[in-house]
Amino acid sequence: MSDAHNTSVSIATDEPTRSGTGGATGITEDTISTPPPSPDRARKTVVRPGDRIFGSLASGSAVLISVIIGAIAVFLVWRAVPALQRNQVNFLTSREWITQDITDMAFGVLDLFQVTVLVSFFALFLAMPVALGIAIFLTSYSPDRLRKPLAYVIDLLAAVPSIVYGLWGMLVLAPFLRPVAEWLNTNLAWFPLFATGSGSIVGGGTIFTAGIVLAVMILPTIAAVSREVFVQTPTAHIEGALALGATRWEVVRTTVIPFGKSGYISGSMLGLGRALGETMALYLILRTTSQAFSWSLFDGGATIASKIALGYAEFNNDIQAGAYIAAGLVLFVLTFVVNAAARMIVAGKKD
Amino acid sequence: MSTTSTSTTALSSPVKPPAFQRVSGRRRVKDTAATVLVTLSVVVALIPLAWVLFTVVAKGLPALISPTWFTHSLSGLTASSTGGGIYHALVGTLLQGLVCAVISIPLGVFVAIYLVEYAGRSRLGRITTFMVDILSGVPSIVAALFIYALWVSTFGMPKSGFAVALALVLLMVPVVVRSTEEMLRIVPQDLREASYALGVPKWKTIARIVLPTSLAGIITGIMLALARVMGETAPLLILVGYAPFINFDLFGGEQGTLPGVMVAEMNNPTDAGSQRIWGAALTLILVIAVLNIAAKLISRYSQVGKK
Repeated sequence: MSDAHNTSVSIATDEPTRSGTGGATGITEDTISTPPPSPDRARKTVVRPGDRIFGSLASGSAVLISVIIGAIAVFLVWRAVPALQRNQVNFLTSREWITQDITDMAFGVLDLFQVTVLVSFFALFLAMPVALGIAIFLTSYSPDRLRKPLAYVIDLLAAVPSIVYGLWGMLVLAPFLRPVAEWLNTNLAWFPLFATGSGSIVGGGTIFTAGIVLAVMILPTIAAVSREVFVQTPTAHIEGALALGATRWEVVRTTVIPFGKSGYISGSMLGLGRALGETMALYLILRTTSQAFSWSLFDGGATIASKIALGYAEFNNDIQAGAYIAAGLVLFVLTFVVNAAARMIVAGKKD
Repeated sequence: MSTTSTSTTALSSPVKPPAFQRVSGRRRVKDTAATVLVTLSVVVALIPLAWVLFTVVAKGLPALISPTWFTHSLSGLTASSTGGGIYHALVGTLLQGLVCAVISIPLGVFVAIYLVEYAGRSRLGRITTFMVDILSGVPSIVAALFIYALWVSTFGMPKSGFAVALALVLLMVPVVVRSTEEMLRIVPQDLREASYALGVPKWKTIARIVLPTSLAGIITGIMLALARVMGETAPLLILVGYAPFINFDLFGGEQGTLPGVMVAEMNNPTDAGSQRIWGAALTLILVIAVLNIAAKLISRYSQVGKK
């Protein structure tokens, strides 16, 4: 209708009936009462078939993304319900995980949730400052010749698969870290994080080892996202700061960091999201334990994701799988909240 | 009067040029400390990364140089017997990656085109940007659970390599969208306007002007996205069984993959087992490295063509 309206405006006096059913008088009145349409309004009228197809393909794909997210939530809930109905304990506050007999299931996510949170935040705590340093080095400190190769190396290592990191963490890093872990446990045991936990420090399958490996894994993510934003700092800002006599660090502190803060935060949130959902490295490193979680870095256990992976053999029965899907739903909600929060922070900082 | 006086002063004792004041000690210390810390953080990051690569190469190379590694499967071999190879796993990993890419690339690129060229300030645009962010945060294990709930539980399809590819699509699309979107946004607006001024329709402007201009970056992004999903292991555990023999059928039966070899041999305490694990790890890293290097080369060639 609006298309017809626009085309007919200029020729309304010649053929007022062109605009179709019942609109004729309205159109002529329009032409009298309103000023001639602005040129960009008139241009919109040209819609070619190619435009229509291309445009709908593009917007259809965009809609599909939202549909997928919705479908993830719907299907996970739908498939988790049968298992949750058979669950004899509270899913959110229970620590046990008994799913073998589908007539007598008792599973709760509390322990898994706590391990996930501790290991992820420990990793984030280690990775954030280092990633900031990398991003700053690559944007403001690196010699020009080194910048590209270094950025490339860090990008390339973001692509190292998590299972390889897990393998390295379990077989190479864990034995290496043992003296460090023992020292922390002996000398700083008064601090709850370094208290003796349920995991074996000698074996190395602890949250401590896992968190360090996880930190290495999320480091390239945080650094890459931060760097992408940091390099966009307007040259005028940097040169302005230099002209005022700022040292190199002052330039970074007064221009690059304020400009790139939102990128750093969103990169860290992305890193946190990756840590929360990281599966294979933790699947390989963390040793499961029957003891309750005690908020020590030397606890063993399983994260939500690694628990699901450990239960892969049970994915032949829909009810049993449902218990793991319920855990996956918690993980989905968790990552959803983290990512949504990241977006809110970034949106707030932009203004 | 005043002019003469100034000129005489200038001649007798010329005004000193505004000398740069020395940077005060505290500021200099801070600057040096920052330089050291920042440089150190790069070193700290590179150590574990180099360490991982060194370990994988050192431990994986013996397996890789055995003559049957790239040509044979592990079919019919006992846990402790040496020989055999990962041909079956290479087939599975590459096929799944290929199918994933075929679905993800058009979807991801079109979403990016929508966001940059069509969305403007529309509501759908904002929602889609948000949803892409959410999707990029969906852990691989959750993607696997979703495909299990949808494809296996609901549609009653068997576990298969294709199901894995579908789960990988969920992980690859947001990466493709993000990188493509970024590349499309740096295409100068002038190019689009010049094209419109010549009467070129919008879709043709996108397809013939905007996309080719940013092609190098888009392909690089796609390659990196593909490299990222190829090493994903969690979907494999849940969505397809591991087979030590060659299976080209993505729609039925168990399929070997490189991460699959590693998981399957993890409980194999023999030397052969550890050889297979590290060999598969090195092969996986090589596949990813090839993708990355190819991406680099392509982007270099396109840039030359552009100028």
